[in-house]
Amino acid sequence: MADARRKLDIAAEAGPVGGALAHDSAAKHVAGEAVYIDDIAAPDGLLHAYLGLSTVAHGRLLSLDLAAVRAAPGVVGVLTAADVPGVNDISSTHRQDEPLFATDRILFHGQPLFAVVAGTREQARHAATLAKAEYAEEAPLIDIAAARAAGGALVTDPLKLERGDIAAALAASPRRLKGSMAIGGQEHFYLESQVALAVPGEDEDMQVFVSTQHPSEVQHMVGAVLGAGSHAVTVEVRRMGGGFGGKETQANLFACVAALAARKLKRPVKLRPDRDDDMAITGKRHDFVCDYEVGFDEDGSIHAVDALYAARCGWNADLSGPVTDRALFHMDNCYFYPAVRARSEPLFTNTCSNTAFRGFGGPQGMVGAERFIEEVAFATGLDPLEVRKRNLYGGNSSTEGLGRDLTPYYQQVEDNIAGHVISELERRCDYQARRAAIREANAKSPVIKRGIALTPVKFGISFTATWFNQAGALVHVYKDGTVALNHGGTEMGQGLYIKVAQVVAQAFGLGLDAVKITATTTGKVPNTSATAASSGSDLNGMAALDACETIKRRLTEFAAKHWQERPEDIAFLPGRVRVGAREIAFRELIQAAYMARIQLSATGFYTTPKIHWDRKAGRGHPFYYFAYGAAAAEVAIDTLTGEYKVERVDILHDCGQSLNPAIDRGQIEGGFVQGMGWLTTEELVWDRKGRLWTRAPSTYKIPVASDRPRIFNVHLLENAPNREPTIHRSKAVGEPPLMLAISVLHALSDAVASVGDYRVCPRLDAPATPERVLDAVERVRAEAAS
Amino acid sequence: MRKTLRFLIGNEPVEIEGCDPTLTVLDWLRLERRMTGSKEGCAEGDCGACTVVVGRLDHGRLRYEAINACIRFLPTLDGCQLLTVEHLKGGDGSLHPVQQAMVECHGSQCGFCTPGFVMSLLALRLNEAEPSIARIEDALAGNLCRCTGYEPIIAAGRRMDAISPREADPFLKQCETTAAKLATLQDGKTLALEGQGRRFYAPATVSALAELIAAHPQAALVAGATDVGLWVTKGMKQLDPVVYLGRIEGLRGVSDEGDHLRFGAMATLVDVRNALADLSPQLDELMRRFGGEQVRNAGTIGGNIANGSPIGDLPPALIALKATLVLAKSADGGEIERRTLPLESFFLDYRKQDRRPGEFVEAVSVPKLPSDALFNVSKVSKRFDEDISAVCGAFRLRRDANGFITETRLAYGGMAGIPKRAKAAEAALIGRPWDEEAVAAAIAALPQDFTPLDDMRASARYRLTVAGNLLRRFLIETTEQPARTRVAGLLAEAAHG
Repeated sequence: MADARRKLDIAAEAGPVGGALAHDSAAKHVAGEAVYIDDIAAPDGLLHAYLGLSTVAHGRLLSLDLAAVRAAPGVVGVLTAADVPGVNDISSTHRQDEPLFATDRILFHGQPLFAVVAGTREQARHAATLAKAEYAEEAPLIDIAAARAAGGALVTDPLKLERGDIAAALAASPRRLKGSMAIGGQEHFYLESQVALAVPGEDEDMQVFVSTQHPSEVQHMVGAVLGAGSHAVTVEVRRMGGGFGGKETQANLFACVAALAARKLKRPVKLRPDRDDDMAITGKRHDFVCDYEVGFDEDGSIHAVDALYAARCGWNADLSGPVTDRALFHMDNCYFYPAVRARSEPLFTNTCSNTAFRGFGGPQGMVGAERFIEEVAFATGLDPLEVRKRNLYGGNSSTEGLGRDLTPYYQQVEDNIAGHVISELERRCDYQARRAAIREANAKSPVIKRGIALTPVKFGISFTATWFNQAGALVHVYKDGTVALNHGGTEMGQGLYIKVAQVVAQAFGLGLDAVKITATTTGKVPNTSATAASSGSDLNGMAALDACETIKRRLTEFAAKHWQERPEDIAFLPGRVRVGAREIAFRELIQAAYMARIQLSATGFYTTPKIHWDRKAGRGHPFYYFAYGAAAAEVAIDTLTGEYKVERVDILHDCGQSLNPAIDRGQIEGGFVQGMGWLTTEELVWDRKGRLWTRAPSTYKIPVASDRPRIFNVHLLENAPNREPTIHRSKAVGEPPLMLAISVLHALSDAVASVGDYRVCPRLDAPATPERVLDAVERVRAEAAS
Repeated sequence: MRKTLRFLIGNEPVEIEGCDPTLTVLDWLRLERRMTGSKEGCAEGDCGACTVVVGRLDHGRLRYEAINACIRFLPTLDGCQLLTVEHLKGGDGSLHPVQQAMVECHGSQCGFCTPGFVMSLLALRLNEAEPSIARIEDALAGNLCRCTGYEPIIAAGRRMDAISPREADPFLKQCETTAAKLATLQDGKTLALEGQGRRFYAPATVSALAELIAAHPQAALVAGATDVGLWVTKGMKQLDPVVYLGRIEGLRGVSDEGDHLRFGAMATLVDVRNALADLSPQLDELMRRFGGEQVRNAGTIGGNIANGSPIGDLPPALIALKATLVLAKSADGGEIERRTLPLESFFLDYRKQDRRPGEFVEAVSVPKLPSDALFNVSKVSKRFDEDISAVCGAFRLRRDANGFITETRLAYGGMAGIPKRAKAAEAALIGRPWDEEAVAAAIAALPQDFTPLDDMRASARYRLTVAGNLLRRFLIETTEQPARTRVAGLLAEAAHG
């Protein structure tokens, strides 16, 4: 990273970096010309696979009669576990707990038993319904309470973070309270459902086009299932129709089944589940129950927090370990707890295996933190915002020799700007005056009550699995001066491709039209990490820049020699290259370099510095830096029905020095609305048999256009370059804004509290559906009256 | 009988002989035409990624409607023009103003929902000048986006007409030519297709329809296909034969008959909204929230009733309004035999209706409200727009000169296996003044009327509580001035001033 300073200097020049440029595919999106997996022109001889699913949630598979499936019109093949030449397992954590096809134990409703392959998708889908399976059915464990009642089996090792003597600190606290909060899960509802297309080649070769955030993992899984080396498998994805974490591991199943069928039948095979099946099979955001005890004083200062975060993980571990870990990493949000103990409880249940989802457990951890604050606020009669401010990291006091900047995992918060962001937003949105006005208006409004809340976000950036914090890129400069860019990151709508292209264009002093963004493929950049943890542009931007710098170094050496100038007098400027006193076109330089046999292609590589994490000890520096933000939400609720409307939202969010303010704004607004959906109308319901009841948009309600706040003031924090030398001092933005929506939950709670004259903590759980809001209204009224 | 399906795709005529009766427009586009711009997001008409625009002649006038291609059967496009996202770019490759606005406003992220939004905005532009933000939200209620949070898409809706004036839109400029082309595709003959061994009929007259149903009493009658479409895409049903009612202009009409409104069974929910809005702003709002725009364009009053959903959204309001249903069937000598019955008697039990063999819903008659009648309707759902009611309550009430209640109808959806009146609660109101005591008495009686279910939309307890609280809202809204009682939608905006 010797070049770090020089790289950062580039940001001072005019160029594509920092420009509010449109998404690279925008013109194709609007014309229907952007190609998704299901749009790829069908290869000759294409067949279609479909999955046969279990119809019980728990038990043993006694027999599976597939005769009718085989005999169905158009069917050319049926696959079960017996047809797997490699390993019948696709567990991303290598725990061997996720069979591709069930053989004996049935662990959730919708578990894949077999696949059928036919001439058309309709034929395969129909045939898949004709299987006759016999089960010895057992009672399923559907939720956290049931899992605990049955002994609380875990899918993975729990984590404990502990700092200070929690028992003593609680005992010494002037006041303490206990509570419990339910935090619902969330379906990703990527608009493009899971889909994979496998095309067999010669030898053991398999080309897989799949909608995935993690091509390298798909490559590895397909190789393992087929019993082939990774070198035989190429995985490619140009773009996804949304991912949000739902295609980090969940695409493996579809890719492996398509590849297995393609191998067996020696023909290309596509697998695209119906939306209902996708929702039934694939994992979702974990729902949690957070049990907590908080010690505090009359001034609203927190002395100690003891919290247990139990999660419904589903039928296998998948990413539940790191997800529940990240919940604990965010159970502090922006607040310093002098003494703290946090434990995770990743519970096994007979439901789909919950997985990554934007925020990756962090949001649930943070929702808990904000509940602790709210409890203290109601117990002390203070404005929750005041309690938030009093407990922020930093400040001048210290406790027991500890600085007020130490997290429960012993990382120092070095870049704390939460206080600044909060007070700045408080001022800009006129929080205090509006809060007073709302309280006055509520007193005169018998049915409709309004509420307001301002909540902050501090989100840790880096994969907590340290080795994932690496990235590679491949940059080719062609003889005509145009550039082909490839890196390990995937495009799911978040604008990663355009951001990295901006970095590359700027590095060479080119316009964006000179840089071709090419589909992510394991054949070009190997051993990549999932595009996840908000890390896409941090990692791949740096890797791509590294490749550019390598090429520029060669070009600089060449130019110095060729034109007899000193290397320091060579500069890549917008639209030209300065060589001593002369300026030449980039293309001219490239042509000369080519003739002089200079290599015009390079790989780039990047690893995040500073980070380490000792999970056993619960200590380390897992995050390179933190991203901050704050939101103030105002809502109106109907105390007769529980219906509500988010009327106004003000956001101030920290993107560091934004690579692309238009893209970042899109992430902030979109993340906020997605988070709002999670905490309000998006409710997952399973029936008693363990069948997911909300498995379609008709029953699972994500926000629509009219749900977004009509007044929506979104600002990027100004003059706030990342204190760490990230790519052009920008900050990751994929996940953090989702948690700005916690302000909506608290604004609803504030509105509910009005019916009890703000004396009773509403303890509003998530998702705050109209039903939950009405329940809270009735409970607060009853408690206030008693 | 005509055995060829005829329509326009863009400006190009298509003729198809032999067609699977339930082949969806989306599958035809994507699989047979290899036009992959329209996407499948849910295959149930709820996400709008497949939105296309259909032009059809309505009493000789060309009308453009956004619909969900995923649940629309291809043969129902007979005589129509089909526009997809592929038809928007200019001949020189330039983006259409709707597309340009979406790009300029950063309206796409992953891009998968984008073609659907583009088509919904196109339909809005073709139909309305200078739409308000509320109207844009409405027009997009049937389109889900998971990436953007909608703000930039709404901005695109505000921007599109500034990029190029509506009058200059190529589709509007071609309107007369297109209408003339479509006129040549209209005839009075029954369209009869066969494909995959199954039959499709689209009669052009009521008498041809009656005869077809008499000949095929087991036929699946298809109106807007917003529910039947799902029998196919989700239930994988092989319907045979399919009888489509959409070509019969006589069933599409909406007329003001003095003391009542008459709706042909095939009046779309958009047309129904326009007519009912005159009776009450709350009916306007109820219909505004009915499905998404694509569903309101395709769905019909007759389909909504004949479908017999326990919720239905429209039947509770119609029952409260004392609507009657006209059922028709073929009789001897080519005559049509009709019977009329109160709407509430049509619903017998869960998914069971009083429709006799050979009968079809021909029309619905909705009496206008007497000037002294109080009327109120509320829909409560998990999500405000494009959701099905957890509870829908529609109430009508009249009092004598002394203020005592003489007549009332309290109709609910979502509370039982059918849309149903709360007879015990109604009885509790009779003879009382319209006040809090009366409401309390009615609420106390509700458990005698209903034992609602727990399901994914709401719990039984919530349903019962809200059913009662809606009566409280009715009282407040008809007696107190001017308390704000609604949080969202047109009524709330009106209350805000």
